Amino acid sequence: MDVRVKDIRKEFSHLPALENLSLNIRSGELIALLGPSGSGKTTLLRLIAGLESPTRGTIYFGEDDASSKTVQERNIGFVFQHYALFRHMTVLDNVAFGLTIRPAARRPAKAEIRRRALDLLDLVQLSGLEKRYPAQLSGGQRQRVALARAMAVEPNVLLLDEPFGALDAQVRKELRRWLREIHDRTGHTTVFVTHDQDEALELADRVVVMSKGRIEQVGTPDEIYDEPNSPFVYGFIGQSNCLPIRVEAGQIWLEDRLIGLSAPGEADGPAKLFFRPHDIELVDGCGGCLAGIVVQSRRVAGTRHVEVELGAARTRVEIELPPQRAASDGNRIAFRPTRFKLFRD
Amino acid sequence: MALDASLSAADAPASSNVRAATTESRAARVVIIGLSLLFVALFLVAPLVVVFTEAFRNGTEEFLSALSDPDTFSAIQLTLLVAGISVPLNLVFGIAASWAIAKFEFKGKAFLTTLIDLPFSVSPVVSGLIFVLLFSSHSLLGPWLQSHGIKILFAVPGIVLATVFVTFPFVARELIPLMQEQGTSDEEAALSLGASGWQTFWYVTLPNIRWGLLYGVLLCNARAMGEFGAVSVVSGHIRGVTNTMPLQVEILYNEYSFVAAFAVAALLALLALVTLVIKSLLELRYSAQIAASRRH
Repeated sequence: MDVRVKDIRKEFSHLPALENLSLNIRSGELIALLGPSGSGKTTLLRLIAGLESPTRGTIYFGEDDASSKTVQERNIGFVFQHYALFRHMTVLDNVAFGLTIRPAARRPAKAEIRRRALDLLDLVQLSGLEKRYPAQLSGGQRQRVALARAMAVEPNVLLLDEPFGALDAQVRKELRRWLREIHDRTGHTTVFVTHDQDEALELADRVVVMSKGRIEQVGTPDEIYDEPNSPFVYGFIGQSNCLPIRVEAGQIWLEDRLIGLSAPGEADGPAKLFFRPHDIELVDGCGGCLAGIVVQSRRVAGTRHVEVELGAARTRVEIELPPQRAASDGNRIAFRPTRFKLFRD
Repeated sequence: MALDASLSAADAPASSNVRAATTESRAARVVIIGLSLLFVALFLVAPLVVVFTEAFRNGTEEFLSALSDPDTFSAIQLTLLVAGISVPLNLVFGIAASWAIAKFEFKGKAFLTTLIDLPFSVSPVVSGLIFVLLFSSHSLLGPWLQSHGIKILFAVPGIVLATVFVTFPFVARELIPLMQEQGTSDEEAALSLGASGWQTFWYVTLPNIRWGLLYGVLLCNARAMGEFGAVSVVSGHIRGVTNTMPLQVEILYNEYSFVAAFAVAALLALLALVTLVIKSLLELRYSAQIAASRRH
């Protein structure tokens, strides 16, 4: 089911947490809300769930106005950051909870509930653990029980709050792949919150980058990484360099040097040049390039990270080179960004 | 310095003076354990032993006959009745108050929390006097109550009120920290799965707090049966009518009926001991579950 968030504003004791925010979530997609802490991503998720109510604005589930409905009526599946499993119930009872508490008219027969819960446990690869209590499971297993429990009610939309936040790196990676598989198999519209960009870029069909209660950019992982539309997204996603430059007659200047990049149509004046450390080419001799002194060179796995000081202001930038390329401290190095973007303040 | 110490410790052969950081020397252990045992023996075990030996000084028969005295018997009945009313009342109050305090944000929350502690900090006699001031014939409410034939002071309602007041904090104090620690996400999970408010409370909140609740109720019950000061002020000491067990003990003692006094006292002590035993048994029986509900 597609979910539309329209002109939502949310205040907590008169402090805005979300400001006039709109977002369309397509049916069946896996979408990530990505942002630093305090960006409002969890608030947005809880608003969609109905665990919070907006100060202003509307949320539509399909054609229905969901904002007037309670959390129970919205029929969503919510997976909490710390799982919130019912500790006094077995794994099976946890998964079956959403069905067992239904009023008699809508409640499946006991055997049917049991069968569905077991099917779900099979789907999340926990067959055989149905009699355990949550305390007897590992973090990753609890997370999967929480997901099975949320899916048991056949929700309109599946909402996950930092689903892998409390797990260690190894389990996290595994669960990430596994969640993608589950999503592809079941086709639930899924929204998940994360502050981990790798997670968002690797897992999601589309990523919503948020900051300070606003949406900065919405796009596929490639769009977000390759075409950031603001300095914030450039800085927040991946590594990037920022140089204060000047535009004159379509040419880009760093201090008193032309750097061999042109910005046709760009108005004259100061601006900021953003580029990624790996989007560069080395050049010999310098008739229009960025040239500077190597101040540090580290090799991390298959890449050499080189820090260079540019110009009189000694602005530091980082570039990435193949590991066999020697770049010792104090050497002069010349390069030119192959892909870049200008932003004005 | 620290390095030196660790080096010499490593060099030294494993001998008795190398020990884990958290253990003490033998002498210190003996002194500390001995002191606490002495205290327990002196202030807890000895009084209990005295109570029971005095009660059975002239044999079981006299003990039983002391208890079957009509006034004493009615005191026992009254105590059970008062506890039977005030404990359930405080159970409901306690859950409601701690639910409100732990799960919601509202104005005056700090004030309410302090208010709940009030009965602990106020002397029981003062608590009793509050009710006398409220309901006596010279008070504001007194004439109205009298004209409607409602008797509160020197009657069962007054005793129940005083007991409820004094035992009010027990359940709430036990539950508030527990509920605060558990947070609201379990409840939110239940709601998101379609549970109604009542179902959420019954299937999720209550099971999560049941051990704390049980403990609070047991403590509340022990105090309700044993309360002396507040009840003494409001009861009026009418024999066979408004005397509870603790009051009966005092009366009998003042009349030099030592065996009878100690017999009632022994019964009171026995009730307390039974309460403790039940609690320990339950903890033993469900220790795994209790541990699970604390951990998680």
